[in-house]
This record gives sequence, structure tokens and C-alpha cells, in this order.
Amino acid sequence: MQLTNRSKQVSNKEMTLAEKMYLPAIAQGLAITIKHFFQKKPTIQYPEVKRYLGPIFRGHHVLKRDEEGRERCTACGLCSLACPAEAISMVAAERKKGEENLYREEKYAAVYEINMLRCIFCGLCEEACPKQAVYLRHDRFVPVFTERDQVIYGKDRLVEQLDDRYVRTGSEVRATPTEPTLSRSAT
Amino acid sequence: MNTVLDISNKNIPGSDVPAQSEGPIQYVNELTTLNLGPTHPATHGIFQNILQMDGEKIVSAEQTVGYIHRAFEKIAERRPFYQITTLTDRMNYCSSPINNMGWLMTVEKLLGITVPKRAQYIRVIMMELARIADHLICNGILGVDTGAFTGFLYLFQERENIYEIYEEVCGARLTTNMGRIGGMERDLSPEAIRKIRAFIKRFPAVMQEFEKMFNRNRIFMDRVVDVGPISAERALSYGFTGPNLRAAGVDYDVRVMNPYSSYEDFEFDIPVGKSGDTYDRFMVRNEEIWQSLRIIEQAIENLPEGSYYADAPEYYLPPKQEVYKNMEALIYHFKIIMGEIDAPAGEVYHAVEGGNGELGFYLISDGGRAPYRLHFRRPCFIYYQAFPEMCKGTTLSDAIVIMSSLNVIAGELDA
Ligand code: SF4
Ligand code: SF4
Repeated sequence: MQLTNRSKQVSNKEMTLAEKMYLPAIAQGLAITIKHFFQKKPTIQYPEVKRYLGPIFRGHHVLKRDEEGRERCTACGLCSLACPAEAISMVAAERKKGEENLYREEKYAAVYEINMLRCIFCGLCEEACPKQAVYLRHDRFVPVFTERDQVIYGKDRLVEQLDDRYVRTGSEVRATPTEPTLSRSAT
Repeated sequence: MNTVLDISNKNIPGSDVPAQSEGPIQYVNELTTLNLGPTHPATHGIFQNILQMDGEKIVSAEQTVGYIHRAFEKIAERRPFYQITTLTDRMNYCSSPINNMGWLMTVEKLLGITVPKRAQYIRVIMMELARIADHLICNGILGVDTGAFTGFLYLFQERENIYEIYEEVCGARLTTNMGRIGGMERDLSPEAIRKIRAFIKRFPAVMQEFEKMFNRNRIFMDRVVDVGPISAERALSYGFTGPNLRAAGVDYDVRVMNPYSSYEDFEFDIPVGKSGDTYDRFMVRNEEIWQSLRIIEQAIENLPEGSYYADAPEYYLPPKQEVYKNMEALIYHFKIIMGEIDAPAGEVYHAVEGGNGELGFYLISDGGRAPYRLHFRRPCFIYYQAFPEMCKGTTLSDAIVIMSSLNVIAGELDA
């Protein structure tokens, strides 16, 4: 049945005499395999060698601190609202006097938990956050876990350490790319 | 002793039914019930077939669906529109960008948003890459099922490269969540463009090698020619679309019949087969890969300048910098994230040419923040209905080949 004038017949089931013989096909297949022996191996020896990941890769979550080391999150709850997997929960608290060096805003998240078993790494929380507090790191994966009590990540594992700051190239969520790197560079 | 056996009672292995009727004596071999799946390495997913086997021949097949039913249509009724994109990722997970884009275009149709040309072209590039990835998996695995592992391995290297492009465009490989209502979430980065160009350059050689290995290989052809044919008429009455229908000789392609996302701008052919057998399906998919490559080439060469998102502040998130400075942007930011967009009431149907056939989204909105009802027209579900008819009378090894050439993907089958 022809509906358009763009169709193109691609199937030809008649075999020529040469094609009817089995042996050439076997030799041809072997030749291709042998050719690949001498080509560059695509295998990456993970974890000794790690692959380059794009600057926008969606990996491990991090709760950012600002330049002065104060937590940015103000427990507004937008991230947990945006989360399609309902993985984020939090408890808000009011900042007391003398805590100004710990929390940036007057309200902060006393408890902030992400259930990594639910999270689908969609990146919507990062997009939702109006304080640029939650990011998905492009340089770190969530490690494998074997027990259920390991999957709920509290603030202890999410808030960034002062000696291990996360810098995303470009200051905003829509990250700008770094200069072209080779796809398979050893780090 | 000669006995007449009632087949229906012989379904239970080992039950012997004594002769009940007089008349001509029939010899019927004992039927064996064979469960193909739900967890079988050759079914590429979780679906079950209860086969009645007469020796090596299949007498009848009964398919079971629902092993990974996740109630997406029901979940979608409680989710703001932008969060449903993540559900579509998980339908045909071999080509999730097509699902994402199809859904976004449906919402845009409902909201009446016109997406700028640049975003449309970017979408086309991503959708065609996804189609290539989908067909690579299908044809590669068809090779594995016929006993040729080599082609599969070499093709998967290219699929890996496609996934690296996704990674550069959206940040994930399999569950992409690509695109936003009104456009793309970010522009193509120079690195992404570099990778796409590199792919266009490198891929033809790999594909040619694969075709050289399979297309005219007698061993392969003996396994697939005239296996599981379906006539155009039967295919149409089942509701086949996509490569499986084109293999039967009907040149129906949503991209041509109902162009969306600027597909009318591109030159490409619709490959068709002759009798709808496994070989035709294989050949049609191979040619579609070439056609997709052609579309990507045209799209990347003619990529228009301009914005990558529509001017629709009520639906498209403002840039973060704006949110700090501008009250209006802040309000829109909160409204969009909280899902409080004012979608009009109405019904829309939008179909895209998915990796596997016409992937349709039927959306009814009653004006709320979430769809009132959403239905996915999933091509895999339709193909799977035809499977018993297609494998009747063939052998078990052919049934595996037929199933893999239909490219039934469990995630889409059950949604
Ligand atoms: S990445 Fe997605 S699923 Fe994970 S916590 Fe963020 S919004 Fe939720
Ligand atoms: S991480 Fe951001 S979005 Fe989530 S509660 Fe904190 S400030 Fe709000």
C-alpha cells in the first residue's frame, strides 16, 4: 500500500549464487572479528580509570554553602514539591541569635533528607530551588548501598564540607560547558 | 493402543485421557506447556508467553501482560504537567527522548505554545539520535538471538556514544527527562555539537560493517527470511504502526503524514519491506537508521539561530538570575514549580513517530494543575497482541526471533 511518494523498497530476499554459499560469509565474519583485534579497545578500566562526565551530569546531591560558609537552604520546600519521586523531606527551624554564621536565612532546614532509593536523579529539585542551595554534582555518583538504612541521606552527607567545596562551572543552574575534553581521559 | 486424544485435556502434562469417542482414529502428539518468561534471558524484558508445544512446533500461544505495570496513567492524574516527563522516560527506555518530546509537544498543543525553530531542530536531532539508539538495540539483539553476537557488541559502542551526547545535552543517559514545556532546558553546548558532528562522521563506517556482516549473510537470512510474516491487512487491523507496519509494505510514517516539530523541513525516505517477515523488519530498521542519520545531518547543518525556548513566561522557568532581581519572574518561578499553571480545559491527541511506532498521548484536561485523564498509545502493547498469531506453527527458536524483531519493550508494553 502506498500512501506517500517517499517510500523506498529495501528488502531483497533473492540470494545470488555467491550469497548462497555459506563459506564466504563465515570467512567474512571472521575477518571482521580479527580486524577488531587490532583496533583500539573501547573498554574503560573502571574504577582505576574514570570517564569524563559532562558538566551537567546529574549525580550526587549537595546542599551548598555560600561564600562565608553558611548553609544556603531556607527550607522553603520547593524542591520536595518539585520532586516527582517524593524523595525529599525536611523540617524547618527558625534561626536563633548567634547562628548567623551558620545559616544564611532566618529559616533553615533542621532536618533535610533525601531517600536515594526513591530518587530518580531527574534534576528537577536543582531547577526548583530559588536559593541555589541544592545541586546535583557532576563529579560524584551516589555509591552503591546494600542496606536499607544506608539510603536515607541526611544533612551529614548532603551539606558540602568546607574543605570540599563543589564548584559548578558557571554560577547558575544552566551550566556552561567547560572546554572540550577528550571523552575518555584518565583522571 | 490407538486412542483419540482431546487436546484441551492434554494441557496438563502426564494426564492420559482414554478413548472417548468412536469414529476415525486421530494421532495427536502429546502437547507440552512451556512458559516462555516472565524471566527468561531471551525475552528482553518481563513478559510471559504460555506456549503449547507439539514437539518443537508451537500450537498456540497465550501472552500475559502486566508484570511491570506501574500505573503511569493513574500517577499522571496527580502530577503537574512538567513532572510527567519523568514518567514517559520509563516507557520505551531505549528511546526516552522521543517519549519526552512527544509528551512535551502534547502539553504545548494544549497550552497553545509555539516552540521556536531552534528548539524544534534540537528536538529533532535528539529524537533521531534516540531512534538510531532504539533500532541499534533491536537489530543488534536480533543478531544475538540468531546466534551472532559480534554485531551487537560493535553497535553497542555507538549506542554508548549516543548516550554520551544525551549526557551532554540533559545530564543523564537512560532516563533523560529532556526538554521542558516550551523548549529545551538549555541550549546545545559547543561540546554537544562537537559530539554530534563526531558521531555523524564515525557512525557510517560502523553501520556499514554491521550491514556487511548481516544483510546478505546466508546463515542469517536462513534464520529470518519468511519467519513470522504478517500481511499488511492483518497488520493494519491489529493497529500496527512504525517499522513493523512498514515492513509489511505500508509506508505510513507519522513524521510524514502529520509532521510535527519541523519534520516537513527535512528530506528523508520511508523504507518499506515486502511481506512483513523478520528479514523485512530488520532491513527496514537498518535503512531507517540511515535516514535518521540523514535528518540529523540536515538539522545540525541548518540549525537556526535564535532562542531555544518559547516566550511563554507562565510555563517556562525564568533564568535563576531573573528570579533574584525581578518580582514577576519570582512569582512565575513559584507558580510553575508548584504546578499552578492555568491549563485550559480541553482534549488533545498528539502522536509522534516513536522508536517503535506511533506513540500517542491522549490528554484530557479539566483546567486543573494535572491531567484529568492521560492515555498513552503504546505501540508495543499492540504488537504484542499479534504475537500469538505470528508465532503459531513456527518453532520455539523462531518465536524468540519474531519477538525480538517486533521490538516489544516491556516498559512500554505495560506502562
Ligand atoms: S533529583 Fe529528582 S527525584 Fe531526586 S531528589 Fe531531586 S527532584 Fe527528587
Ligand atoms: S534546597 Fe532550595 S528548594 Fe529545597 S528547601 Fe532548600 S531552599 Fe528550598
